Amino acid sequence: MNDVPSSAELDALRLSLEVAARSVGFSLPLAVLVAWILTRARFPGRILFDAFVHLPLVLPPVAVGYVLLILFGARGPIGAWLRSHFGIQLAFTTAGAALATAVMTFPLMVRAIRLSLENIDRGLEEAARTLGAAPLDRFVSITLPLMLPGILAGAVTAFAAGLGEFGAVITFAANVPGVTRTLPLALYTAIQSPSGEALALRLALLSFALGLLGLLASELLVRRVRRLLGR
Amino acid sequence: MLRTRPGFSLEATFAAPTPGVIALFGRSGSGKTTLVNIISGLAAPDAGDIRLGDDVLTDTRAAIAVPVERRRVGYVFQDARLFPHLNVTGNLRYGEKRARAAPRIIGFDEVVTLLGLAQLLQRRPRELSGGERQRVALGRALLSQPRLLLLDEPLASIDLARREEVLPYLEALRDRLAIPMVYVSHQFDEVLRLATHVVLLEAGKVLAQGPVNEVSLKPELQSIVGPDLVGAVLEGVVTRLDADNGTADVAVGRGTLQVSLRDVPVGSRVRLQLLARDVILATQPVQGLSVRNALASTVTAISNDDYGAVLVRLDVGGEIVLARITQNALQALKLRPGDAVWTLVKAVSTRGHAFRLAAPS
Repeated sequence: MNDVPSSAELDALRLSLEVAARSVGFSLPLAVLVAWILTRARFPGRILFDAFVHLPLVLPPVAVGYVLLILFGARGPIGAWLRSHFGIQLAFTTAGAALATAVMTFPLMVRAIRLSLENIDRGLEEAARTLGAAPLDRFVSITLPLMLPGILAGAVTAFAAGLGEFGAVITFAANVPGVTRTLPLALYTAIQSPSGEALALRLALLSFALGLLGLLASELLVRRVRRLLGR
Repeated sequence: MLRTRPGFSLEATFAAPTPGVIALFGRSGSGKTTLVNIISGLAAPDAGDIRLGDDVLTDTRAAIAVPVERRRVGYVFQDARLFPHLNVTGNLRYGEKRARAAPRIIGFDEVVTLLGLAQLLQRRPRELSGGERQRVALGRALLSQPRLLLLDEPLASIDLARREEVLPYLEALRDRLAIPMVYVSHQFDEVLRLATHVVLLEAGKVLAQGPVNEVSLKPELQSIVGPDLVGAVLEGVVTRLDADNGTADVAVGRGTLQVSLRDVPVGSRVRLQLLARDVILATQPVQGLSVRNALASTVTAISNDDYGAVLVRLDVGGEIVLARITQNALQALKLRPGDAVWTLVKAVSTRGHAFRLAAPS
């Protein structure tokens, strides 16, 4: 197809990284907002909202992918609207794989951010108020910096988990080589093919190494930021 | 103002002098912190109003509640509440940056000098001692250029021996600043040392209020501090120093008291407390006693205290002094109002503090 040296592994690796990165980029601002709402806002139906956010953790990923297909598919209500207004197609594309990954890893991210938000002493925000800081100012100058360890931990964990998202991606974005065939999909494909044993093993080892690296990086990063924040 | 929650209601009306330090004094749970929270706007009263000069900060009838961040009321919390992600400079500048439009009462360099923060500027809050933290919190509040400073037991989280790391700085501020301060405390010592006025709070009610020397004579104080810490507070001027002896002569009213007092220049205004339990009465002049002060005085009132003893109120050259004696002593001396007695005060049993107040600006 092109003359860039490429193999199945490299393609899958590149795609996995791209999908995971895009999914984190997508969901991070929203996750901060949702974590803030779940921690700080009091409104009727909060428990239901909380459960809804965490749903992808307990649902079969295939079911999540299927719901996405219904909503964002070419003839789905949101999918059709996106297509006619912006010319965006999500189903069976790399962006779609990122969307499916974002939905699946969203609760992980929210949980990490929420944990750090709950640990913030509200008294500090009160002190900032008495020093003349209005709500948005307080959020940016006090709350956000103190949430940073949680935001970073959430982002890295979601990224590492996103590298391996399988069920929702294959259901919503299918298994298109070079487009949506990420590491786990490539691994699955290799296992299915009679001569793919060696490739499968290499892909499995790669996944294993990536996951380990991601978790270690997350831990180190969080420690470093905590020290920077003086805790 | 009034605030209620199940099982607790707070009713307080008081006016703070400007400049000056008004102490809210009472046991824990008496409503002191709730009161300063209401003044700062962090808590809302059910009914009432708060004014600062001509400004209305809260008025429940007119549905006025100025947001905390626009009140320009400084608040030093019991637990300092320094921002952990900023160093000392960052903490100090936080309020200053947000008060650019406000009339300046104090600048960064002056705060650093006044509070002895020069060595700490690059440190993080976790690297500071309790006393240092409170000093930074104090500086941070001051640099927000407040019109009123609230201090909620700033010494409570510091062990007794290290309070001297903060108290002299508070005294310096009181003497230097021309803004009113509200100082919450449950230690009468601190009140004596810092406050010009005091409000006695008990179970959400104001028991008494007024200048510290007046309130020191009120029986209500005894119900809070107990019988041993009751005593008249007198204000006077140092007229002579005896450095070898470690004593000073202090002109109080029409008389002079010799008291243990060092390092206070002649001419300073000082405040002394004569604990009622340390004051001795004699119906005749006495000789051969170590007591340094024997003052001609008149008994003006005699009352039983709640602890089985008797409080005798004396007029000593125009000033009022309390003496706490037993029923037996009262009967032996046959004391009655109007009697002339000698009031004996040991120089070492007076507690004195230099005290002066910033001139109104």
